[in-house]
Amino acid sequence: MRQQVLVLYLSSSALDSQVVGWSRYDGTGRTRPMTGDSDEPPYDTGLAALYDGWRLFQASQLLPPQAGHEYDVSFLKHEFFFEKWEDETQA
Amino acid sequence: MSTSKHLLTSVQMARFVAQGHLRLDGVVPQEINERALAALADGLPGVPYGTPLRTAFPEDAFMSELLALPAVAGTVESLVGPDPTVDHHAVHVREPHDGHAQDLHADAIIDVRPDAFDIQLMYYPHEVTPEMGGTLSVPGSHLRRVNETDIGRVQNLRGQSRLTCPAGTVVLLHHGIWHGGRRNDTARRRFMYKIRLNPTVPQVRLWDTADLDDPAVATELHTYFPWYEAATARLEVYNRVLLWRALTGDASFDVEHWVTRVSNRPALRSHA
Repeated sequence: MRQQVLVLYLSSSALDSQVVGWSRYDGTGRTRPMTGDSDEPPYDTGLAALYDGWRLFQASQLLPPQAGHEYDVSFLKHEFFFEKWEDETQA
Repeated sequence: MSTSKHLLTSVQMARFVAQGHLRLDGVVPQEINERALAALADGLPGVPYGTPLRTAFPEDAFMSELLALPAVAGTVESLVGPDPTVDHHAVHVREPHDGHAQDLHADAIIDVRPDAFDIQLMYYPHEVTPEMGGTLSVPGSHLRRVNETDIGRVQNLRGQSRLTCPAGTVVLLHHGIWHGGRRNDTARRRFMYKIRLNPTVPQVRLWDTADLDDPAVATELHTYFPWYEAATARLEVYNRVLLWRALTGDASFDVEHWVTRVSNRPALRSHA
């Protein structure tokens, strides 16, 4: 069995909020997703990924901003990791 | 300031502050494009950090003619002033069927200047088609403080720009913008010439400010992009207002009253 990983960046910390960014990593080696290869996300929300059988295994913690850095912007905050397991011999 | 130079308007400048990039499609004549392609294929000698732009290149080099084009010269002057220095320049080549894209990144080390910025001029001497994998950039990302490829995990964002353009296109980027070269799925080499310029004067009202009070300025600065998280989008506007205040010298400018509200500190005992 090999792991497929899907990373969704959501509009808020709610799993059913809109997908604003996405990444794929394919442990079967059958595909090789990379930077800038699509303009449309695979799902509209994180919840839609659950409906399609992806298993959520990590979500970003909710961390308050450091004092003095309340207005700074940097990485996307609401990052959710999903996985699927696939037989590597599967067509 | 109103001038016959091809300076940016205030609305265009506000668009740059909001989006972090401006593109000038097909502004370079084909004769320069052809000479540039020949020069880029041979490689270019380096330029020492801090060399004044006016002395950095021989007069007959394509770089001199490119930077002297009125549309290019006016945009550069509007952004970094009349006498910038060359930080560095480079030839970027994407080989045929180069199956790997660059990770999303910001160039150089993290740069936290709140009131100054460098620009990166990217020049595409030939047409870039979708299959050739032009530069990926993320509008509105330039004020997000990230160090180099720390954002490499992020592959795609809603509203990202996958550049395709006609020959002779110039794109000017704020130094902080998130970007990366996409993979080239064609049999043709893809060339891009990049030059980074440092300002030598305060970046205050360097453009044509005749339209400074145009309501479209605030509209541009209020632009949301589809990849922004709901809460952070307001912080983006907040930070643009701070930059616009620095660029105009107008400490009272605001959009939606947000900066004014949170910096309001009535003196204690003011009603005593």
